[in-house]
Amino acid sequence: MSVTLSESAARHVSNFIAKRGKGFGIRLGVKTSGCSGMAYKLEFVDDTHDEDLVFDSHGVKVVVDPKSLVYLEGTELDFVKEGLNEGFKFNNPNVKDQCGCGESFNV
Amino acid sequence: MALLQIAEPGMSTEPHKHRLAVGIDLGTTNSLVASVRNGIAVCLPDESGRTMLPSVVRYHVDGSTETGLGALKAQATDPRNTIVSAKRFMGRGLKDVAHVEAMPYDFEDGPGMVRLRTVQGVKSPVEVSAEILRVLRVRAEASLGGRLVGVVITVPAYFDDAQRQATKDAARLAGLDVLRLLNEPTAAAVAYGLDNAAEGVYAVYDLGGGTFDLSILKLSRGVFEVLSTNGDAALGGDDFDHRLFCSILERADIDPPSLEDARRLQMKAREVKELLTSCEEAPIHLRLGSGELVDVVVTRNEFADMTRHLVQKTLTPVRKALRDAGLTPEEIKGVVMVGGATRMPQIQRAVAAFFGQEPLTNLDPDKVVALGAAMQANVLAGNRAEQDDWLLLDVIPLSLGLETMGGLVEKVVPRNSTLPIARAQEFTTFKDGQTAMAFHVVQGERELVADCRSLARFELRGIPPMVAGAARIRVTFQVDADGLLSVSAREMSSGVEASVLVKPSYGLSDDEIAEMLKSGVEHAGDDMVLRALREQQVEAERVIEAAEQALAKDGHLLDADERAGIDAAVARLRELRAGSDHRAIKSGIDAFARATDEFAARRMDNSIRSALAGHKVDELEL
Repeated sequence: MSVTLSESAARHVSNFIAKRGKGFGIRLGVKTSGCSGMAYKLEFVDDTHDEDLVFDSHGVKVVVDPKSLVYLEGTELDFVKEGLNEGFKFNNPNVKDQCGCGESFNV
Repeated sequence: MALLQIAEPGMSTEPHKHRLAVGIDLGTTNSLVASVRNGIAVCLPDESGRTMLPSVVRYHVDGSTETGLGALKAQATDPRNTIVSAKRFMGRGLKDVAHVEAMPYDFEDGPGMVRLRTVQGVKSPVEVSAEILRVLRVRAEASLGGRLVGVVITVPAYFDDAQRQATKDAARLAGLDVLRLLNEPTAAAVAYGLDNAAEGVYAVYDLGGGTFDLSILKLSRGVFEVLSTNGDAALGGDDFDHRLFCSILERADIDPPSLEDARRLQMKAREVKELLTSCEEAPIHLRLGSGELVDVVVTRNEFADMTRHLVQKTLTPVRKALRDAGLTPEEIKGVVMVGGATRMPQIQRAVAAFFGQEPLTNLDPDKVVALGAAMQANVLAGNRAEQDDWLLLDVIPLSLGLETMGGLVEKVVPRNSTLPIARAQEFTTFKDGQTAMAFHVVQGERELVADCRSLARFELRGIPPMVAGAARIRVTFQVDADGLLSVSAREMSSGVEASVLVKPSYGLSDDEIAEMLKSGVEHAGDDMVLRALREQQVEAERVIEAAEQALAKDGHLLDADERAGIDAAVARLRELRAGSDHRAIKSGIDAFARATDEFAARRMDNSIRSALAGHKVDELEL
């Protein structure tokens, strides 16, 4: 099992990293906060830590720390457009319920 | 469901705590909104994918308003209710607006700012601008998926307090919280990352649709100062279109076209201009309504030849701005190109030749100002890592100061100080027993009050009577991040206080600002001499007054000859004081001091003697 990017997400991430001018890949993680217990974290990666797990998805390095992986196992990150807004969306099979905003969740 | 953006390492925000901030380029012709998403500044498009919103507002009879392209199309059919270029009227009185007679509007000269009569009643330029800002706010909130915490709006570097305040008022009316107003050339420089570049002087060449602005910026310690600005309010890309249009008419050898045909040809001219930035030649093949056929080819070189005078015309303000800043083209470290018209190869060539270096052109010149504003908004909203330097970019356009004795200006806050700022300076009384003091707050670069602009007056009363020069009155100038000035005065021993809040009045024109800056430079030499003279005159007056008081009190210490000598010295100094040679007055004051030395010594002895009279030595605490 692993954490993956959809093709569209991978294309956008590589594009953003190229424009940013630096970056090893992208970090997916969870934080214990938010209205339903957990919140997603989505960041550029400049430095990895020893314990980090690195997956390769459509040529993009996806970095996850082992604590977060427990909650993210099997997740696919997608890039979607909704009206004028566009951005990333976590498709996480572990989620039992999430708050209406989708920024935080429960397992 | 909210969609996530990629944050910088360690900068993920808590859910619902994303600080959405945008930058807005509120332009004369077009406006844009931009934001930093996934670490990159991007302009936000509307539903049809257009990023540029024409800065046009149309007021309909039924009470609705239309903004942007739809309104622009109605310009010909409903000119009176279709407001274009409202930016030109921001914070201006009717007399400040150029070419009023050529405009289709029904003007009303309101207090401080001109207003426009429309089918929906009288509208101020602030309301028109607010309409444009509101459309951009709605677009931004739909694109970013939430409410904006703040916005950075760009204004021309030459905008005065009144025009800046009007812009801020428009933002508030549109429901936007202004984090900061940013000078347009500074925003362009920020977009190119020059704020992180080497310190030095940069030029920003901004050729828009109808206006040309050149700004010289100096970067030091991450802060941009505007050294000088110049431009031409009636020169832009449209003039190039028009020249091309005239040339097509000549070549096609056709009768004067109908209005409709002229409009089509003008649009064709614009297309040809745009085509010639990437191609060596552009064909025009157009059947007119009159049945005539226009079939000509324009090459890039021909276009460059026919517009040579226009390109040259932009270089005059460039030279002037450099001269005002006291710089040569070789001292410019980089040149930033702004405005769609700078895509024309002949412009880029001319600028490169003038400065002896290739200008920066890799960002879209239409978007570069909005992108810089977005980057600044992102920093101000707190979305960047803490170790990143905060930029303080707003500066005071003209120095602020107080009137002192002799009609001189004591500058308290120098021009180009970054905001917010507080500066205090101590002043003192001029006369013995003086219990009140009048403060006159002025703005400008000249040394004499009469040549500066008066902002406010207030008085400090209840100063305890003291000898001249003993009172310590601390005057504090405070300018907040919104550019609002408050001045307070406090007598330090008694704590009496007075203050005034200066609201910038609408109506100082950019010509006046430019004039004030220019005359400050031109008259620097005269002003220095004049200041020296006034200073010596005030000093002479002070010593004469002191001597007369001493004579009245202790005149008995002098014999008739000595008294006559001092009287003569007073008369001589009075005479010198009336003259205009500050050096003569200064030496007169020195001579006067020598003539009264003996008298002063005797007064000192006398006062010690009288203080000691009747006391035993052991009673004194020595």
